[in-house]
Order: sequence, then C-alpha cells, then structure tokens
Amino acid sequence: MGSFKDFYNSETKREVLSVIVVNKDSVLSRIVDLFSARGYNIDSLTVAPVPNSEYSRITIVTFGKARTIDQIVKQLNKLVPVFKVTEHRDVIEKDTVLVKVPLDQNLSDVDVLARAYNGHIQNVTDEAIVLSATDEPHRIANFIKVIQKYKPLEIVRSGVVAMER
Amino acid sequence: MANDIKKLTGSQMVIEALHRENTEVVFGYPGGAIMNVYDEIYKQNYFQHILTKHEQAAIHAADSYARSTGKVGVAIVTSGPGFTNAVTGLATAYTDSIPMVVISGQVPTTVIGTDAFQEIDAVGISRSCTKHNFLVSDIKDLTRVLKIAFHLARSGRPGPVHIDLPKDVSAELAEFNYEQEFDLPTYKPTTKGNLRQIKSALEHISKAKKPLIYVGGGAVLSNCYEDIREFAHQTKIPVVETLMARGVMRSDDELLFGMLGMHGEYAANMAMSQTDMIICLGARFDDRVTGRLDKFAKKAHVVHVDIDPASIAKIVKPNYPIVGDLAIVMKQILDHLKDFDFNDYSSWVDTLKGYQKEHPLTYHEDSDRLKPQWVIQRTGELLGDDALISTDVGQHQMWTAQFYPFNYPRQFMTSGGLGTMGVGLPYAMGVKRANPDKISVNFTGDGSIMMNIQEIITCTQYNLPHINIILNNNYLGMVRQWQTRFYEDRLAETILDTQANFQMLAESMGGVGYKVHTKEEFDAALKDAVASNKTALIEVIVDRREEVLPMVPNGHALDEMLLLEKEGDK
Repeated sequence: MGSFKDFYNSETKREVLSVIVVNKDSVLSRIVDLFSARGYNIDSLTVAPVPNSEYSRITIVTFGKARTIDQIVKQLNKLVPVFKVTEHRDVIEKDTVLVKVPLDQNLSDVDVLARAYNGHIQNVTDEAIVLSATDEPHRIANFIKVIQKYKPLEIVRSGVVAMER
Repeated sequence: MANDIKKLTGSQMVIEALHRENTEVVFGYPGGAIMNVYDEIYKQNYFQHILTKHEQAAIHAADSYARSTGKVGVAIVTSGPGFTNAVTGLATAYTDSIPMVVISGQVPTTVIGTDAFQEIDAVGISRSCTKHNFLVSDIKDLTRVLKIAFHLARSGRPGPVHIDLPKDVSAELAEFNYEQEFDLPTYKPTTKGNLRQIKSALEHISKAKKPLIYVGGGAVLSNCYEDIREFAHQTKIPVVETLMARGVMRSDDELLFGMLGMHGEYAANMAMSQTDMIICLGARFDDRVTGRLDKFAKKAHVVHVDIDPASIAKIVKPNYPIVGDLAIVMKQILDHLKDFDFNDYSSWVDTLKGYQKEHPLTYHEDSDRLKPQWVIQRTGELLGDDALISTDVGQHQMWTAQFYPFNYPRQFMTSGGLGTMGVGLPYAMGVKRANPDKISVNFTGDGSIMMNIQEIITCTQYNLPHINIILNNNYLGMVRQWQTRFYEDRLAETILDTQANFQMLAESMGGVGYKVHTKEEFDAALKDAVASNKTALIEVIVDRREEVLPMVPNGHALDEMLLLEKEGDK
C-alpha cells in the first residue's frame, strides 16, 4: 500500500475530458448527477452533437487528485449511454467570451485589447459594443480580468472545447 | 410462432416480455397510472402476482427472490407515491448489486411536467439508485427498453433497472418482436480477465509468505463458489469472507477464518492486518471492512478481481488489477495453477489458528437470561442447511453473520451495503416464494420487525410461511451499543419499552406467535413453528445489554478491536 503515494496524495491537477455519449435517456443529467453525487468538480462543461452520428461530445474540465480523476473516468465509463471517455494529454483548447462594453469607454483601447486575444468588435449599438475573443482558456481568463477596467455590462463564456493534436 | 411480428399494446408487451424472460412471479401494487398493465395481469396465466401491503415490501421481496435464486426479480408499482415507496427497495438492491427490473406507472405523456395527480419525476429520483433507468415516451421504444432492461440487470455488475411507463404509452399499439437483437454499443462489460495479468498475479501469490483470500459478494453473484473453494484447497491459502460472502466457504472449512471487518472475528482481522498478499475476489474494500484506511494491510500487495472497473482502485490501489467476471477469472486461475510452485503456507495458517484459539468467536452464557448468540447457534443446530436465512439490520444481523453456520452461497439474505431496517420480513417472504422446499427464517430485532410487519397478512394470503425470530432486547440495540460506548450511555430514543403483543399481532394476521424466555421454550417454539406451516413470530427475550464483539471502533485500524472480556476478568 505504501508504494502508491502518488496515487493517494498527488497534487490537484486540471483535466480535460471528452465524453462521447448516445444522446438518449437524459445522459446529460446522468453526468451532472454523477459529479454532484460523488463530490467531483466541474470547471466547465460544453455539449454539442458529433456531426453525422447519433453521438454527442461533452467536453468537461475538472480538477482533482490522480485518484479522483481515475474514479471520474471510470464512473463516467460505467454510465450506460457513455460510449468513450478520453483523458486529453496533448490538446488544443479553445474558449470563447462575449463582452458588452458601454460606448463611453475608450473604444480604441478596447479594440486593441480584443485583437491581442484573437478577438474583435462584433456589434455596435448606440449604447454599447459587443466584443468576442476566442483563445486558450487561461488567456480568456486573463482577458476577462483586464477588460474589467472598461466597466463591462455583461460577460458570457462558452466553456472549453478541446481536440487532441 | 417465435419470429412473427404482431401488434400489441404497451401493457401486453410488458406481460409478453416478462413471460419471455421466464418470470414466474411479480410482486407489486396497482394504482391509477399502472391500471392498463394490471388489466393485462388479470388476463394472463404466465406468472403469479403477489399483492403486498406496501410497495417497499414488494421491491424487497423481488430483491430477495433474486438474491436466493440468481434470477432477475420483478416488481410493478404505480406512479407518484407508489414509486417513491419503492425507492428504498431500489437503493437496497443497488448497493448490493442485485438484478431486478422494477416497472412503475407514470402519468400520461400529455400531462408530464404539469404536476399532475400522482406525478413525480421518477427517473430523476431513481437515477442515483439504479444501474440504469428509462422513461418510455414512445411505444416504439418499449420492446427495446424491456429487453435491454433485463440484459442490463443481469449482465456485468448486476443491479436494479427501473422502467417508467406513462399510462398512454401502456395503451398504445406497436409491433412487438422480442427475438430481435438490440445493439448496445456503449455497454460492453469485460468478462474475461487479462491472462498475462492473471499469470503475474499467480506468480507473485505463489511467492508470498502470508497470502489471504478476501472474498466478497461478487463470488455469490457470479456463482463460482466451487472454484474458489478449489483454489483455496489446492493452494492452502486461508480465506476470510465479507458479510455478503457468507457461505462461499463451508462454515467448518479449516481454511476459513470467518468474517472480517468492524464486527469481524479476531483471527480474520488479524489475518488482514498481517497478510503480505491480499487476493480480493469480488469484494470492494468497504469502509466497514477496512477500518482506518491508512493503517489497513500495510504490508500487503493486492490482487483485485472485479467485474466493475470503478471498484478497482476506488479505495485501495491494487498491484494486480484484474477486470472480469469472477466466474471466468476463477476458471482462468484454476487452468494455470499447476504452472506455479506455491509456497508452503502452513506456518501462516498455524499463526491464524493460534489467533482463533486466543480469541475465539464466542459469548458468555448466563443462567438467568438467554443470549441472542445462543438463539442463532441453536437455530443453526436445529435447522442447519435446511434453512435459508434473512435478517434485518442491527445487532441481530451481525450476530447472525457471526454465529449461523452458513454452508453454501445464497443461504444468507441481508442488506449489506445500504443497511436497510425492515427488509427481513419481506426478504423471508420472497425467499419462501422462490424456495418452497426450504425453511425460511428471518432473524430480526424488536426495532426492525415493526418496519414491515404488515406483510404477515400477505404471507398468510399467499401461503408463504416463514419464521421470524425476534431477538427482543427492548432497544434499538446497535445504536444503543454505540451510545453506551461512545456517548456515555445517553440512550437517546433507543429504548423501546412500549411494544406490541407479538403473539396477538401474529395471530391477528393469520400467523402464529410465541414468547420465549428459556432454552427449552425456544426449542419447543421453533419446532412448533416449523410444524405449523404458518408465518411465525417467535419473540425471544434476550439479555438486554449484550454487545456485538469484536468491534473495531470507527476511525480505528482493523487490529484495534474491542474484544470480549475473558470470563475470569469480569
């Protein structure tokens, strides 16, 4: 038992999981219930159909010790409508954010900032502009921090999608 | 006729599917939303329906029918309260991996979501206490759902499956072809063990000095006790059993050192604490087995065989994880046993025998009062292998697990994982229905028995006689024992000094009752109860303050047991 220190006492790590499911029998509730019933964390969750198939892909960002992640993957696999669970190792992750900024802010600053995060101005009304940016999740988190200075009216994040390289 | 496709109503499909699954009895309770199905039950001659007095008991009876036979138990209830009453039964079966199909009525699809009369989100509730569940909103799905439900219930790690059937769907017509195959690409349990892993494990086991076979309920569920006995006898490796595995080894087997865990035998717990190689066969390192985890089996390497990958490395990370059906893995193990030169473990077995001699599983007789353990031992002497034993939950359950001589699997029906008080009487009822030639006995307490006492009438009505032995100490004994030990004997709400007259209670429902104070009275009552062929309540007045020992207190290591004081030390 002593030889498994890494397993029992490892650092908490972030994990991106792709869960391929049959879109039947309230599969999304099953997954969310599983996380809450067993006390696992969900940092982000996105769902979309896999093109040309009966499956959907659920991308979950979670965190926990090695032992917890091991259990999450096994418990997900145990759900009857779950086809496959992938623990991503070498992965491209993208997150999108929409931000509404009042028109009285310094718009050229805002525009430059958005561009720095692969974004741009999407829409302008007589009261506000809407920016979008798509980038890696930690960069999007940073963008949101910086944009606070411009008194955003609303911020909407998409959640993470991921693909193995 | 097997392959022709005909149109049936949803209700008729239910009946036909149950018939094709060889269901011979259904336990249940009708109500508004399930009436179409009951109308078809009325018209059919395939199976018997047993109407219980409460839905909970119907589920428990179907559960024990499954436990004692290995077949899938079936129960039918209505929507709303019918279903919610069934939830404890589902959860009990789920934690012990018992194959069942439970069908509940639901309000018509047209009103689902409107808070209709007797509407509840049944699949939302049962999701966390079933292996899988279905809400059938389209009649075209029903054949598939019924067939897959039975397949899921009995395959892989078994478990209860719940089907929620709206009333309108149960009346609609569709084609019914039960012989067609339904593809289930997302569900493929691994049944065969990885042979290379098995061989490495055997190699390591053969070189161990103090190996120990730790058998769990999976050995019962996969029907492989003979192979496990064979494995133990060929290698001479000692064995300990969990509560759920009682009977896998014969009680008098030289290599069996009893049940381990919180109320395990001294020798069994010492064996687990000192072993250098745990061979876990279908057990799951439950907290009631391991005690304090960071001190559990510190010197041991671990081989863990389980059909459920999620059970492996959940609590204890094994050196040799083997996912597979234990029945198949045991065959693989036996096939390769001769390739390995196993150590001689006799000095290890002798050490364990020494522990057994040092602190045998026993109790102190008292000339004034009956001891509950004696009652169980005596029943074992009188009925032995002829009886199938159920229990409720509490002290009596642990004493039964310790003192009844279980000699074959499926002889012992008990709520191990969930610990559901009130299962005993409906369990004994289901056992009798499944095994009419056996004597069905329920060891129970004065607390538990009252939780489903109404079912005596059901047993009278359907002629399912069995014997309830109530070990009456006028306490909720197990909680009382903890209060005495850990709460300075403040007996909060555990004193049961207002009680029914059990004799009259039994007689009022067509049973027979006895009140017993002495050994002679007990023998006479038990013999009379067996001969009476009625449902019996034998109330045995036992030593009020008797405790279940050994005991590993919460948060302590397995070898830190509270033990029975020697007679002289008192």
